[in-house]
Amino acid sequence: MAMNSALQKKVLESFIEIIRKTSVDLPGDVVDAIQSGRKQEPEDSRGKYAMCIIEKNIDLARVKSQPLCQDTGSILFFVHYPRKLDGEVLGKLIRKAVVQATKKGYLRQNSVDSLTGKNNGTNVGPGTPTLHLEPWSKEFFDIRLILKGGGCENVGAQYSLPDSRIGAGRDLAGVKKCLLDAVQQAQGKGCGPGVLGVTIGGDRATGYLHTKEQFLRKMNDKNKIPALAQLETEVLAEANQLGIGPMGFGGKTTLMGVKIGALNRVPASFFVSVSYMCWAYRRQGAKVSIKGDIQKWLY
Amino acid sequence: MIQLEAPFTEEKIRSLKVGDMVEISGIVYTGRDAVHKWLHEGHEPPVSLKDAIIYHCGPVVMKKKGKWVVTAAGPTTSTREEPYQADIIEKHGLRAVIGKGGMGEKTRQACEKFGCVYLHAVGGAAQVLAESIQEVENVYLLEKFGSPEAIWQLRVKSFPVVVTIDAHGRSLHKEIEAESAQKLNSLMTSIKK
Ligand code: SF4
Repeated sequence: MAMNSALQKKVLESFIEIIRKTSVDLPGDVVDAIQSGRKQEPEDSRGKYAMCIIEKNIDLARVKSQPLCQDTGSILFFVHYPRKLDGEVLGKLIRKAVVQATKKGYLRQNSVDSLTGKNNGTNVGPGTPTLHLEPWSKEFFDIRLILKGGGCENVGAQYSLPDSRIGAGRDLAGVKKCLLDAVQQAQGKGCGPGVLGVTIGGDRATGYLHTKEQFLRKMNDKNKIPALAQLETEVLAEANQLGIGPMGFGGKTTLMGVKIGALNRVPASFFVSVSYMCWAYRRQGAKVSIKGDIQKWLY
Repeated sequence: MIQLEAPFTEEKIRSLKVGDMVEISGIVYTGRDAVHKWLHEGHEPPVSLKDAIIYHCGPVVMKKKGKWVVTAAGPTTSTREEPYQADIIEKHGLRAVIGKGGMGEKTRQACEKFGCVYLHAVGGAAQVLAESIQEVENVYLLEKFGSPEAIWQLRVKSFPVVVTIDAHGRSLHKEIEAESAQKLNSLMTSIKK
């Protein structure tokens, strides 16, 4: 079905609002995790100091409707849309929304031509924003957005098991070694306390992609696969014994969450892909009606 | 909480220790990649950096009613300036460097030798840090380097940081790295199949 211009306008507005909210307002489950992190840190400690500043920043950004962090990051959209609508038109609308949100200052001019170093100031170019569009049979849109900063993206890591440096074999014990190693390596960079998105298996590309999808999960959800649920709990507890703490200042809250998924692999490969999300964990989502109105926020 | 107020004398700077939580009031100058490289090439700064504080930050600055206003001012990663920082501390007499992520051996040594400290701001806290900027007093090299890379002269009040490299040779980054490496080692050996 063609999208008439009234519908296009509505959908565009909804996308801009989703971008705004994602950039200025952290989801409640993340704010809760940050709060409990703050409570864990001892009085008068540097860790507590950092967490208090982080919380104050979250409140200020929301009130001022200004980006929480000046690095508004990579723009990752995950969209389901009613099958009868035109996906190509939708893709164009999302890009348009990104350009307009950038003009309004919700997004920084953050997309640079890798060959020339030029920035056209729109955030739209080859590979940016990243759109995952899937048609479905339902009569509404499910639109989710993650903004992921560069500092934390830089500390992601991919391991190919077996890995003799850290003594990791092709089993869950080996996976755990990779994750603890990645956290120790990331310290001080990537603005902790953070959250790990992890994929066991897949290939080098799908592995990393799936780590980003893990960030769509709520902080307090439970993995449906018992072995992974257990691994998540263990890695979280053990990583928090490393003493790295908020911002790498030392302390108890090094990680706030671990989210792990598994994909099938070819027999020859066993990848463990790790993405690190900083405390500025910008994720929002909305159910949008077929008329283009935001009906419900998803986080 | 320690209040660090201008003028930033060597004595005040040397009294700071790794781990101190500090609030800065006075002037700080922003400077990131372009400025550091340019100073390192031997150019004279357009404003004296003697006893000054340099901030690794590319702020978002807007002109409102004819006045510059900073709308976001979080720190950027400092290690990119590691090749230049020590020389600039020595040559221009910097008293403090603000950034995030810490700096390396050369900078640590320069801090000890010349009486300088590294102050870690909270990464990503763009709004809190912007709030503590009272006024944009001046801007230098704006034409040459563009807004994020220019030298912005900012008057700050109670700008929150933690001392992570002091003027006595200590580095919190080095210490936490060593401790966490040791802990990692013992965790790794206790992981059972
Ligand atoms: S890592 Fe996150 S909080 Fe830190 S500067 Fe980047 S986007 Fe901001």
